Amino acid sequence: MNKLKLIIKREFNAKVRNKSFIIMTILTPFIVVGMSVLIFYLSKANDNSAKTIAYIDDANLLSKEVLKDSKTIKYIKLTNVSSADVKKQAMDKDYYALLVIPKADSLEILAKNIQFFTKKTPNMMLVESLEKKIETTIRNKKLEILGLDSAKIEKAKIKTNFNLSTYSGEQSSKFINGAKIAFGSLGGYILMMFIIIYGNSVMRSVIEEKTNRIIEVIISSVKPFQLMMGKIIGNALAGLTQFAIWGIMVMILFAVASSFMGLNMGEMQQAKVNPEQMQMLQDLTTSGKIAKVIQELPITLMTILFVIYFLGGYLLYSSLYAAIGAAVDSETDTQQFMMPIIMPLMLGVYVGAFSVISDPHGPVATIFSMIPLTSPIVMLMRVPFHPPAWQIAVSLILLVGSFIFTVWFAAKIYRVGILMYGKKPTYKEIFKWLKYK
Amino acid sequence: MNVLETKNVVKKFGNFTALDNVSINVPENSIFGLLGPNGAGKTTLIRIINQITMPDSGSVLFNGRALKPEDVHNIGYLPEERGLYKNMKVGEQAIYLAMLKGMTKSDAKKQLKYWFDKFEIGSWWNKKLQELSKGQAQKIQFIITVLHKPKLLIFDEVFSGFDPINANLIRDEILNLRNEGATVIFSTHRMESVEELCDHIALINKSNKILEGNLIDIKRNFKTNTFEIGLLTDNKQEVQDKISKHFKVEKARFKSLNDELKLNIKIENDSPKELIQLLNNNGILNHFVELIPSASDIFIQAVHKNN
Repeated sequence: MNKLKLIIKREFNAKVRNKSFIIMTILTPFIVVGMSVLIFYLSKANDNSAKTIAYIDDANLLSKEVLKDSKTIKYIKLTNVSSADVKKQAMDKDYYALLVIPKADSLEILAKNIQFFTKKTPNMMLVESLEKKIETTIRNKKLEILGLDSAKIEKAKIKTNFNLSTYSGEQSSKFINGAKIAFGSLGGYILMMFIIIYGNSVMRSVIEEKTNRIIEVIISSVKPFQLMMGKIIGNALAGLTQFAIWGIMVMILFAVASSFMGLNMGEMQQAKVNPEQMQMLQDLTTSGKIAKVIQELPITLMTILFVIYFLGGYLLYSSLYAAIGAAVDSETDTQQFMMPIIMPLMLGVYVGAFSVISDPHGPVATIFSMIPLTSPIVMLMRVPFHPPAWQIAVSLILLVGSFIFTVWFAAKIYRVGILMYGKKPTYKEIFKWLKYK
Repeated sequence: MNVLETKNVVKKFGNFTALDNVSINVPENSIFGLLGPNGAGKTTLIRIINQITMPDSGSVLFNGRALKPEDVHNIGYLPEERGLYKNMKVGEQAIYLAMLKGMTKSDAKKQLKYWFDKFEIGSWWNKKLQELSKGQAQKIQFIITVLHKPKLLIFDEVFSGFDPINANLIRDEILNLRNEGATVIFSTHRMESVEELCDHIALINKSNKILEGNLIDIKRNFKTNTFEIGLLTDNKQEVQDKISKHFKVEKARFKSLNDELKLNIKIENDSPKELIQLLNNNGILNHFVELIPSASDIFIQAVHKNN
């Protein structure tokens, strides 16, 4: 046990003293925060440059009220211009767009014949909002023709939102489900990142010892199994340290960025969220619903399961990475063995992203949350939706069982592989190694 | 007493038999040469002794009892494929490897100081390994191997990578360690160092041990009672004919100051008395040496015979 501690300590130190590790640890939060600030400013700057849209209204459809000038868009009505000249004029004056509403016999025909010219491909959001405005105007006209009172119709519009709840009385709503998915996905995503980054680093560390030829010196002092576990644990600790530093730094930097540069977090959110959602979000914040939603999530269970699946998933995958590292001579030879590792990982994320979100307890999500290689990610995403206890139990038992098997399997390959130099092993050969005593 | 014994060790890798019933006995305080052509199975045997791989059958005894995992603390192993962490500082690395061998940190430091002073390499302590030359790294590696004062030292091609001066330094240290009570297993292709250092040898060829014992005894067994002589005489051909009537004679080649009759003469019994008399009667004998087979000769002969 004492030797295991020594190895863990060395692996940890070797990792955290590595220059590129230090640079990445410090730089990444700056990059993340810097990028978000940059994107925010760019999208703001984009919106700020006021656009001028010219329009011809031969059908006399629009009143000044429909196309109101806003901070970002100015409308200019062109009159007494022949439709042949109008494009040229718009181009000369460098208008962002030209909207042409022709004369038409009926509103139906008119609706299909409106043209919109721009210099380049137009901003689709802008087009959509214009379309909506004109559609409403035409519909109102039509209602008038049909003798219907548009004000009354507007009144008759009633919005329905189901109050979702399970039989056991657990409240849910689109927003709550969204929050659950967000929590689950965050957990699954962090785990995947962690496995890929630090699993790889375990593999590289094994390869390094092989190429340095120090491996035989070490395993004449310790058991290969101890060395492998030491590496896996040491790298995990270094990874957790890095993640913790990242988390803290990103929070601090965002706080600094928002206070120094006068950035408003809410504003930042607004940039990405559409008004309807924004409204909902505001409702929720003001009524203290968010706190309630979060309280309703099975926090304790989620935390415990997160830790278990995180450890289980990482140990499962990193021991496979270690076995690959032992089997090959250099990093370039690892490719052929990477597929079987990356595939289930990707599968887990895809199943999580599609099946769990559409139906958290459907057959696909259920099955993949039990298969050991995908379960850490998929089950983590399902946990906020309260999967049946027996499913969690089965998934955990399979995970622990397969973890023990994988470590045994990896240790065998590792033990033989680390002493094999100079040839690229095939799957068949590796299978043979398992039988060596 | 034997520090180390292997008993009928068999090791197979798939269909390939790396070791077939190999038994060796390494006497205490000896320098034991483990010899054999490339691919004979020496490294596999050494790895089994170091518990890096396990034998399929057979056993290994250390100090007369079955080898235990803790025994690695009493064994120092310098493998042929060796190296150190390139990015780690020399001192830190040495302490780490010493602690893996069961030393305490302070003990490791004390011992390292002793060796670094002895080799006058104290200034390397805070250097990273990649800043050292290959020979310098080899020195560090040697120190790390012997640092925990193991009872049994196993050196696989210890002199490779050393210049003659440092090779002598290392050789002296190995002899020192032996004098202080250590037993040394020495695996090498360099026969001159076997000649110089080993008092016991075992020869492994094609997975089998074909020869083992005290080097002097083995030489005695391999000697052919042949003498190399130089005889000053006026009539070389006549004398040679005369001698060949009694003994088996071959031309010999060696350097000397005079133009003598140079012969290798094989005698039937152990005593060269008759031969000396005959030679004395026919000229002035100024060169007379018994041809003792070198380790290299024994190696080549034994392997050829086995093949």
